[in-house]
Amino acid sequence: MSAHELKSGPLEYRTSQGRMNILGFWIFLAAEIVLFSTLFATYAVLFGRTADAPLPGELFEIKTVLIMTFLLLVSSFTCGVAVNEMRRGSVKGLITWLIITLALGLGFLGFEIYEFAHYTHEGATLQSSAFWSAFFVLTGTHGLHVTLGIGWAILLLIQLVKRGLTPVTSQKVFIISLYWHFLDVIWIFIFTSVYLIGMVV
Amino acid sequence: MQWDEFFVTGEPLIYGAMVSIALVSAAIMFTLFYFKKWGWLWREWLTTVDHKRIGIMYIISALAMLFRGGMDALMLRTQLAFPDMNFLSAQHYDEIFTTHGTIMIIFMAMPFLIGLMNIVVPLQIGARDVAFPYLNALSFWSFFFGAMLFNISFVIGGSPDAGWTSYTPLAGAAMNPGPGQNFYLLGLQLSGIGTLATGINFMVTIIKMRAPGMKMFQMPIFSWSTLVTSFIIVFAFPILTVALALMTIDRIFGSQFFTLTGEGMPMMWVNLFWMWGHPEVYIVVLPAFGIFSEIISTFARKQLFGYKAMVLSMIVIAGLSFLVWVHHFFTMGMGAFVNSVFSISTMLIAVPTGVKIFNWLGTLHKGRIQLTTPMLWSLAFIPSFVIGGVTGVMLGMAAADYQFHNSYFLVAHFHYVLISGTVFACFAGLVYWYPKMFGHKLNEKLGKLSLWFFVIGFHVCFFPQYFVGLDGMPRRVFTIMPEWMPLNVISTVGAFGMGAGFAIFVYSIYYSLRYNEREKTGDSWDGRTLEWATPTPVPFYNFATVPKVDGPDAFLAMKEKGETTFEEEKLEPIHMPSSTGQPIIMMSFMFIASFGLVFEWIWMAVAGLIAGIIMMAIRSFDYDDGFYVKVDEIKRTERKVRGL
Ligand code: HEM
Ligand SMILES: [Cu+2]
Repeated sequence: MSAHELKSGPLEYRTSQGRMNILGFWIFLAAEIVLFSTLFATYAVLFGRTADAPLPGELFEIKTVLIMTFLLLVSSFTCGVAVNEMRRGSVKGLITWLIITLALGLGFLGFEIYEFAHYTHEGATLQSSAFWSAFFVLTGTHGLHVTLGIGWAILLLIQLVKRGLTPVTSQKVFIISLYWHFLDVIWIFIFTSVYLIGMVV
Repeated sequence: MQWDEFFVTGEPLIYGAMVSIALVSAAIMFTLFYFKKWGWLWREWLTTVDHKRIGIMYIISALAMLFRGGMDALMLRTQLAFPDMNFLSAQHYDEIFTTHGTIMIIFMAMPFLIGLMNIVVPLQIGARDVAFPYLNALSFWSFFFGAMLFNISFVIGGSPDAGWTSYTPLAGAAMNPGPGQNFYLLGLQLSGIGTLATGINFMVTIIKMRAPGMKMFQMPIFSWSTLVTSFIIVFAFPILTVALALMTIDRIFGSQFFTLTGEGMPMMWVNLFWMWGHPEVYIVVLPAFGIFSEIISTFARKQLFGYKAMVLSMIVIAGLSFLVWVHHFFTMGMGAFVNSVFSISTMLIAVPTGVKIFNWLGTLHKGRIQLTTPMLWSLAFIPSFVIGGVTGVMLGMAAADYQFHNSYFLVAHFHYVLISGTVFACFAGLVYWYPKMFGHKLNEKLGKLSLWFFVIGFHVCFFPQYFVGLDGMPRRVFTIMPEWMPLNVISTVGAFGMGAGFAIFVYSIYYSLRYNEREKTGDSWDGRTLEWATPTPVPFYNFATVPKVDGPDAFLAMKEKGETTFEEEKLEPIHMPSSTGQPIIMMSFMFIASFGLVFEWIWMAVAGLIAGIIMMAIRSFDYDDGFYVKVDEIKRTERKVRGL
């Protein structure tokens, strides 16, 4: 709780509360890894149990998925640039790159919604079989995380405009960047183990 | 939905419960109005972020839940002693064993221990608070509202009836419509959020906030057990979160994870449940081990024997706890190889547990033993737990388990470990730290009386169940064969003995509040660890000056050197967090959202959720950084509480 501040090092690590928040968030991410692992395991167990619904190979479209992957990967990169700007002490750079990151994230979400609508239209819904339940819940949970991340980042942008770079705001930015990269890593697993493998079945 | 579907009707027991709930609530409201205590309640308790007060609120709620779960147990036992009396119908029996098991594990044992951790751990490690005080309050309210949601099920909508394990397809929408099972799912989900947050909070607190100089291997053993438990929480609870969410989506939105249609897999629930469920058992027993270790070392007046071995065995137990879940369903047909693997991993846990038992005995050996109430609870624990453990190894033998499975042998086993491990520890810990919490000891005579009733009642209740189980009596049946009668009657007598023990304990709280002498020093038992270095009542900032630590049993060393935690020259302003009503408000919105989902009123769920999210946004903009306690004020407070 003490507010002793360090004089050097990255801004977000200067207060002891900041250091604790960041450690706490890493532990939270460990819990998130367990959460997604459980969803992946569920998906793997229910793989192929499509009942009378279409097979994944009939519906997955490599083009959309590639665009989504591209958008998210680039957004992770721009998010890294944003943090780099923050380290250089440039609020303007930080805000600009954060907005670009958000735009890319929104693009990703748009494609995901389009994709879900398309599958539903083709007769693969949450209710149609165990496999599709697992598919929608796994990718949907990831999508929900992205949505939350976007909302959260918008709140942060407002705070950055109002307060500029302080140990508190920079620590918040750093934490959300961890979150964003984490979502990217999860997506890579979804891309390979859901879409690439599903494509050939 | 009609109103007569909304309220549960048709049973005299339920009407009785409704009337008593109404009366008790009215009485509480009246007292609060009459003595104009609302403001006090709100300012001092409902909005507090002080870890000690949060701990006390956890413990009071857990005691209430022990009462509720205990009433359930007595009803079950009454039915089994007089099956012809038709005290409970089959349906009502099912509901009661479900709520009994769930409440005892989720809403009694865990919160009780978390309450003790909250009070003790920051003090033991020489910290002024936990790492995230706001989150701590949030955790408490999430537990509290989760527990309330679960508890109202018996007068509103109907209780769950599929057992605390809620196996599918029995618990699925097709075979179990209606809100009961939803109460289970959402009550656990809501309180689970708080448990996970608590795990993270204590991990960071213990890693980052120890007093200067305190190395990991100089930390008091209860804090170690909290750290290890937090690890288990962080790695086990997300599994439960997912399992509950999948079943909720199955039931409310028609997905097919655990159904028999759409190629779902009911067995997957069983796996997910126990991948969390087995570690959960260690979440409630490792802190208990920590409590016993502290108490035994204090009252044997010796340093804990084999401290390092104790810590390492806890870590090994935590690791193994994730590798044994299949022993809960050996009979479901996984085949001999899988069963053998899990049989062996199960028996391995006996090794580190045995190490701990020998270390407790080693601590007692040649100690100058003081037979206080907490010490007696700890001594009663050792042989009882050994009986539970040995029968556990018997259950772990896959081949033999085909005989024991789902029989009263199992019921006896898990009560032996859970009650002698966790419940004895809760009583022991509460009595031991009570003076730190309230500034006076509990009456020793009444404490011992309640202990004897409880411990003897416990053995009378559960020991016969091993035999009636071997005779073939299955668990979860509401009526029995004549040859099982005598042992069941004995068992019920024992259960009422435990009930009497609990009643005496509650009375002793009242009695001690009125008649016991107040304590002035804060070091009630001539303690060894830092929590005893603070005066009582503990000032909200805990330590006026944080001690420097350079060995185990830090307070013992301080006493030898004549140091205190109040060195006037070294005082500095202390930074503390401010109270806030946000956690209780945020969680009441989440309660509304969950309640909506229980009845599948989606509009209500969405409204509650949006309100909850708005609260989070408000928190995001909240830059309240707490306040500083001035040196003058610290001086004044310390002089007063220390009687200087
Ligand atoms: C006064 C003390 C207690 C008594 C007399 C008691 C008695 C019982 C009875 C009669 C059952 C139901 C057996 C059946 O028909 O299936 C039961 C089940 C259970 N009890 Fe207890 N119990 C006590 C305390 C506890 C405690 C402290 C815990 C946990 C910390 C606990 C955990 C459970 C669990 C998990 C079940 C299984 C519920 C199920 O079958 O779904 N009990 N107990
Ligand atoms: Cu187990």
